[in-house]
Amino acid sequence: MTTENVDIRSVRTRRSFMQNAWRALKSAPPSAIFGMTVIAVYVLCAIFAPLIAPYGEAEVVGKAYAPASAQNWFGLDQIGRDVFSRVLYGARNTMGIAFLTVCISFTLGGLLGIYAAVTRGILDQVLSRIVDVFMSIPVLIFALMLLAMRPFDAVENWFGLHGTFSQGVKTILNLIFILAVLDSTRVFRLARNTALSVAVQDFVEAARLRGEGLRWVVLREIVPNILPPLIAEFGLRFSFVFLTIAALSFLGVGIQPPTADWGSMVAESKTLITFGRPQPLIPAAAIALLTVAVNFVVDWFLHKTSGLRDDK
Amino acid sequence: MTSDVKPADKSRVKGSTLVEIKGLKIDGYSDDKWHPIIKGLDLTLKRGEVIGLIGESGAGKSTLGLAAMGYTKPGCKITAGSVTFDGIDLVNASQDRLRELWGSRISYVAQSASASFNPAHKLMEQVTESALNHGVMDKAAAEADAKDLFKRLQLPNPDTIGGRYPHQVSGGQLQRAMTAMAMSCRPDLIIFDEPTTALDVTTQVEVLAAMRRIVEEFNTAAIYITHDLAVVAQMAHRIMVLRYGNLVEEAETRAMLKAPTQDYTKSLWAVRKLEKKEEKSDDIALSVSNVDASYSGVVKVLDNVTVRIPRGKTVAVVGESGSGKSTLARAITGLLPPSKGRISFNGKDLPARLQDRDRDTLRRIQMIYQSADTALNPRQTVRDIIGRPLEFYLGLTGAEKDRRIVKLLDAIELNEDFIDRYPGEMSGGQKQRISIARALAAEPEIIICDEVTSALDQIVQEEILKLLMKLQKETKVTYLFITHDIATVRAISDEIVVMYKGKVVQQGLKSDVLNPPYPAYTELLLSSVPQMDPDWLTTLLRKRSGAAA
Repeated sequence: MTTENVDIRSVRTRRSFMQNAWRALKSAPPSAIFGMTVIAVYVLCAIFAPLIAPYGEAEVVGKAYAPASAQNWFGLDQIGRDVFSRVLYGARNTMGIAFLTVCISFTLGGLLGIYAAVTRGILDQVLSRIVDVFMSIPVLIFALMLLAMRPFDAVENWFGLHGTFSQGVKTILNLIFILAVLDSTRVFRLARNTALSVAVQDFVEAARLRGEGLRWVVLREIVPNILPPLIAEFGLRFSFVFLTIAALSFLGVGIQPPTADWGSMVAESKTLITFGRPQPLIPAAAIALLTVAVNFVVDWFLHKTSGLRDDK
Repeated sequence: MTSDVKPADKSRVKGSTLVEIKGLKIDGYSDDKWHPIIKGLDLTLKRGEVIGLIGESGAGKSTLGLAAMGYTKPGCKITAGSVTFDGIDLVNASQDRLRELWGSRISYVAQSASASFNPAHKLMEQVTESALNHGVMDKAAAEADAKDLFKRLQLPNPDTIGGRYPHQVSGGQLQRAMTAMAMSCRPDLIIFDEPTTALDVTTQVEVLAAMRRIVEEFNTAAIYITHDLAVVAQMAHRIMVLRYGNLVEEAETRAMLKAPTQDYTKSLWAVRKLEKKEEKSDDIALSVSNVDASYSGVVKVLDNVTVRIPRGKTVAVVGESGSGKSTLARAITGLLPPSKGRISFNGKDLPARLQDRDRDTLRRIQMIYQSADTALNPRQTVRDIIGRPLEFYLGLTGAEKDRRIVKLLDAIELNEDFIDRYPGEMSGGQKQRISIARALAAEPEIIICDEVTSALDQIVQEEILKLLMKLQKETKVTYLFITHDIATVRAISDEIVVMYKGKVVQQGLKSDVLNPPYPAYTELLLSSVPQMDPDWLTTLLRKRSGAAA
């Protein structure tokens, strides 16, 4: 047989991951391209805010409520800070916090969800019921309640870190921690359900029969199959968390001044709308645009990976 | 409602043309392109005639059958040709017009009745629904008529069965209820799309008999779609063999069975002729003794099962669904530890639980699944799938591993290009070959094959069976072959185990089991296997009713 001297290098090479990604990008619909462009611009603004912004985040540059001018494109806020600069800094804070929160909630909810699906049994029952209880309380109200309890202060005391963090940082840590935990319940459900439908497939049974350990079964057999819906969910959860942060800031319990944040900026300037000034609409538009953009991209991604087809 | 779509009470003249399809071409959309599915087919169906469409999957038989009722699946379109039903042009008919016809004058019986019935409604509501919607009968008349149909279809308790929900009746009964539903408006045409494929042979006989009788009684024209020639031989007056959207051969049933003219048609017969010479052996590789097993301790799925598997031979386990044959495999592999009894392997007792077995024991017993679609991880390439057991059991890595993978690919008659493919990029037969290679990679002593060919087309089945036999010759591997298909058993086994309701009815050499004297169940099972004889069903029914009387 000829296979004895077969040259493995002759085996056709596949397109690399990057090449595949590029091909996918080229075939993306206009809505997804729009979404990705918007997200890219936002991310760049967030990263390079100190370089782009003409003024500092908390810098008072003129009279309160000054209207838009050549120097201050979007006008000045209630104590005379440049709104354009604050919108740029706001991207940094709002998006950065939302991103961190979603990362934590996915690590927590995803791992527990997959673990519950693979092992099933009593642990799955306990976790699922806890999640049910959490989900039965509206997120915003629950978050308000927990924020009032300041759980991070307790953490600080346990670890003897009293006085290490400033009050502003502690508020943000509280916010991230609370939203991450609340959000992880939804991730848990999705991860558990998708993992469960994969875990009953024959190839998982085949891996078990082979004698593979839990690590292999989870990381190599299950996770690659549930990754697409999880990634899409990541995008969606990001917009939800980001909206929740904006809402909490609007209510005054989220990100504290003088840190710029779109939700609190809307809250601070909301009365201007009664004078026919468009200023509060600017941060609001920033929130809306990003949410729409993320949804466009997620939509396209889900459509691509789930193999859904338009009915023709 | 226009007059010509009312259920025909005008006399149904037997022999006049009902459906005429001319030069039909249908394209399907996939991978961003339009592909031809039907490449110009003609079909003429007379009133009261049953035509059989036969072919492998992808031959276009379902698409053609649906086109005869003026329907194309989403993603398909008719690009040329005409479909005429009783003088009505179905290709250009409006949706409303078609909806009036469907259910009242043309009806459809799908492959899976359990998926076609709404689980939330009782059978009676669903069976009478189309008659009521089309205004053919009022509620009382429709129900009385449904009961009459249930009786004609020989459903048990015809007066009360309509009050049950779909999950409360068996698969065979549900399939007959679906036929009753199709019959409720006394249509001119019924399309049967693989109606018995999902049923056991013993149930299939009853359903086939019921369908045939009712079609004859009401002088209904029918299109019977199937991949099983023996079944179509019982049902159809005329057979059309399709392949890749083209007509291969068309003839009267008897003429075609006697003398098929085309090579392809002949090849459809071939699998039934594949036969291995049995060999006897007393060297037992694995023995199962007095094993009981149950799920969650309630229902005994295995009841005192004793099976002996001789080394290097093929033992076929046959039985209908629910007979416990797959559970036997689960008990042997340790997925379902038996509650009683012993399983010994090479003379030593196997630990009951999978977790207690060492890696080398696991290596020696491998398994191949029915559906390669779910048995292969869609996110792994062939290199990962076949390479993993090599790495896991034999510690091979890098170039050495790749070389062995290519060798295995060669053994399963695939070329080395497949090494980087994903399961989604292969055909069903190729995927099943990869499953075989994965099992072989472990260099096992026993391979448990659980219905490995039942999801495949006849010709592909034959190739897989030949491959398995070739591999057995080369590697001396032992097979425990679980199947419900007697033709497959005949083809490959040395010994046969017949199971029924969790018990072993019989174990013995192939020649002993397949020849009289039979235990009662074996006889029922063997006599229910459709034969390539158009009179088989008639003869069988006469024999059975004679025996009962």
